[in-house]
Amino acid sequence: MDLNTLWFILIGMLFTGFFLLEGFDYGVGILLPFLGKEDEDRRVILNSIGPFWDGNEVWMIAAGGAMFAAFPHWYATMFSGFYLALVLMLLALILRGVAFEFRSKDQHPGWRNFWDAMIFFGSLVPALLWGIALANLIQGVPIDARKNFVGGFFTLLTPYTLLFGVYMLVLVMLHGAIFLCLKTESTMADQARAAARRLWLPAVALLIAALAASYQVTDAYKASIIPLIGSIALLGSGWNIKDKRDGWAFCMTAITIVTTVATVFLALFPRVMVSTLNPAWSLTIYNASSTSYTLTIMTIVALIFVPIILLYQGWTYWVFRKRVTRQAM
Amino acid sequence: MDPLLLSRLQFAITTVYHFFFVPLTLGLSILVAVMETLYVRSGNEDYKRMTQFWGKLFLINFAMGVVTGIVQEFQFGMNWSEYSRFVGDVFGAPLAIEALLAFFLESTFLGVWFFGWDKLPKTLHAATIWLVAIGSNLSAFFILVANSFMQQPVGYVLRNGRAEMADFFALLTNPHVWVQFPHVFFSGLTTAGFFVLGISAYHLLKKTGGDLIRRSFLIALIWVLISSPLSGLTGHAQGVYKLQVQPMKMAAAEALWETESPASFSLLSIADENAQRNIVDIRLPGMLSWLYFFKAEGTVPGIKNLQAECVKEYGPGSYVPAVTLTYWAFRLMAGIAFVMVGMALFGLFLFVTKRLERFRWFLYLLIPTIFLPHITNSGGWLVTELGRQPWIVYGFMKTEQGVSPTLTGSTVLISLVLFTLVYGGLMLVDLYLLTKFAKSDPRAEASAAY
Repeated sequence: MDLNTLWFILIGMLFTGFFLLEGFDYGVGILLPFLGKEDEDRRVILNSIGPFWDGNEVWMIAAGGAMFAAFPHWYATMFSGFYLALVLMLLALILRGVAFEFRSKDQHPGWRNFWDAMIFFGSLVPALLWGIALANLIQGVPIDARKNFVGGFFTLLTPYTLLFGVYMLVLVMLHGAIFLCLKTESTMADQARAAARRLWLPAVALLIAALAASYQVTDAYKASIIPLIGSIALLGSGWNIKDKRDGWAFCMTAITIVTTVATVFLALFPRVMVSTLNPAWSLTIYNASSTSYTLTIMTIVALIFVPIILLYQGWTYWVFRKRVTRQAM
Repeated sequence: MDPLLLSRLQFAITTVYHFFFVPLTLGLSILVAVMETLYVRSGNEDYKRMTQFWGKLFLINFAMGVVTGIVQEFQFGMNWSEYSRFVGDVFGAPLAIEALLAFFLESTFLGVWFFGWDKLPKTLHAATIWLVAIGSNLSAFFILVANSFMQQPVGYVLRNGRAEMADFFALLTNPHVWVQFPHVFFSGLTTAGFFVLGISAYHLLKKTGGDLIRRSFLIALIWVLISSPLSGLTGHAQGVYKLQVQPMKMAAAEALWETESPASFSLLSIADENAQRNIVDIRLPGMLSWLYFFKAEGTVPGIKNLQAECVKEYGPGSYVPAVTLTYWAFRLMAGIAFVMVGMALFGLFLFVTKRLERFRWFLYLLIPTIFLPHITNSGGWLVTELGRQPWIVYGFMKTEQGVSPTLTGSTVLISLVLFTLVYGGLMLVDLYLLTKFAKSDPRAEASAAY
């Protein structure tokens, strides 16, 4: 395997880590107004993801940085091409990030409601937009011979990409609801489980629709049986939610998220962005990449530090393994 | 509207704004870590309260720094795609390494630190804030490695129509980053020192906070006594070095149009940039040579000569940066730096002679002084970035060549307006919260939950 392929896999892993981890805290953020009617409940919900969300977000930053370092043309084409979508996402992430820090700093209900709304929209918008972005990578976008995106904001919004975006949105909501079951107790956990049960069927329906559409408009067939594994896992999560095996249910939605991102990356390979204008103008892991020297340096850094990151982030989940309750806050 | 001009404006606004928060994070992370270490070593609960009081303010500021930092990473690709394509092989690596080495570290352990007061043994808990401090400053280092490549490109070859990395260690050992990083580091410490000093002065005046505040004041006073002169000295070292590698930047900072030997230092110059001369020009003869060469002789090249040299080397075009802006940014930075060192020394004098309580006006003065380091920090970056123009990478790529060709003026105008509005609103909220918590009782119990 060459370094270009290795970095394609590594960036796929960083995106997988992002959807897997930030996925549940986006989900929790979106469920906040629905499950937290009283302020105390909202605090329980927010504190369940409190120690984790910032570290989770770095997976996205690292994925962006890795794209820049390993495939500068991918980074340049995608970020300049998806300009307004990214502006929206950045604004959402900015308001969400400060909202966590700011909401508890004032007792006024209007203040808290405002920042709760920012957490809601700040979780919903990026979850939806990243789903749409992934779908655009495999569906293809107008890229010209000079590697420039020549569409506009609305080029990105097709029935397929919107369907995929909504699928990702509902999937992370389900993932987040199950996370809340794991991290809270009594009434809150029951409510979260009820939400998970309600979300499960739409998630399954959307998965089937998104998968069927992916086979129609993309090269999803290249992922062979991976989507099947994800589908079975999602079905399994419903059964586990019903029987209150939250840990298993969480593992199942985690598998579905991993297989979804894996499907996208396998459908792409060896391309990183598909051109709808001319297949020869697609960006690939070769024509978009850095030199083998830079990839070698980056490989050494990644091989040393990614395992360390996994260790210490894993450790934080162990430190904060206790369920969050009103009394414990 | 010109997408290039708007993109430059957006980059300037978002970067200066981002750097309101970053230096305070860099310095305060270390200062809070020192406080918690004092707590662990002494077992004195006062130090725990102290750590938590300043920690609260640290967290509010940290959040602003983090969220505005994401914009920074994204906008190279968004607005400067040609730049990203041309230098991505070199420039992308330090940014990616920053995320992997530093950003994961600070973000992960900040969560552990805030939520972990009752969950970790004392020593381990103190270690987490040290990891945050190391992560933040390491992050600054790698960003400056990237910026130094733009200032003084090293370790690359021009090949295959782009800049390709030839020597990664040359990037890390770029002399530019080793004059730049210490300056940013000590400026961060200074920013944090005056922040703690100013808020402590408020509480001393109100007679709230007791021993905790007196100790904070003393720690911060010692802190700025060390950091503010070092910030000035490292800044000066950077100036001396810049004269060698970017003489145009230093000539603009002095509004020096003609080559002089010995060279004069400007006290007040008002430049007419079109006529390439100063309308008002009050200068100290020979002083600039003293500053740069430590003696009464030595040539400092003027803007006009440097322009002629650049035309010879790079072809026709203007190589003169915005002189008035660069000049005033530099004056503001250097002037205020002297004021800050003076404040630190005077504070020491009052403390040693036990006159602090009587010189209430000095304590009052320390409160607005909180903002002075922010002005010098912004001034420093304006000199660095404006003084490099028209280059985006000094000597081989111009800023106008770096902009994304796909952007229209209206698109960038939308993002510029949105960022400015949201940033403006958040600044008000940030100031409201910082003021509220700065004024709150320092001895109050702190919560370890949202």
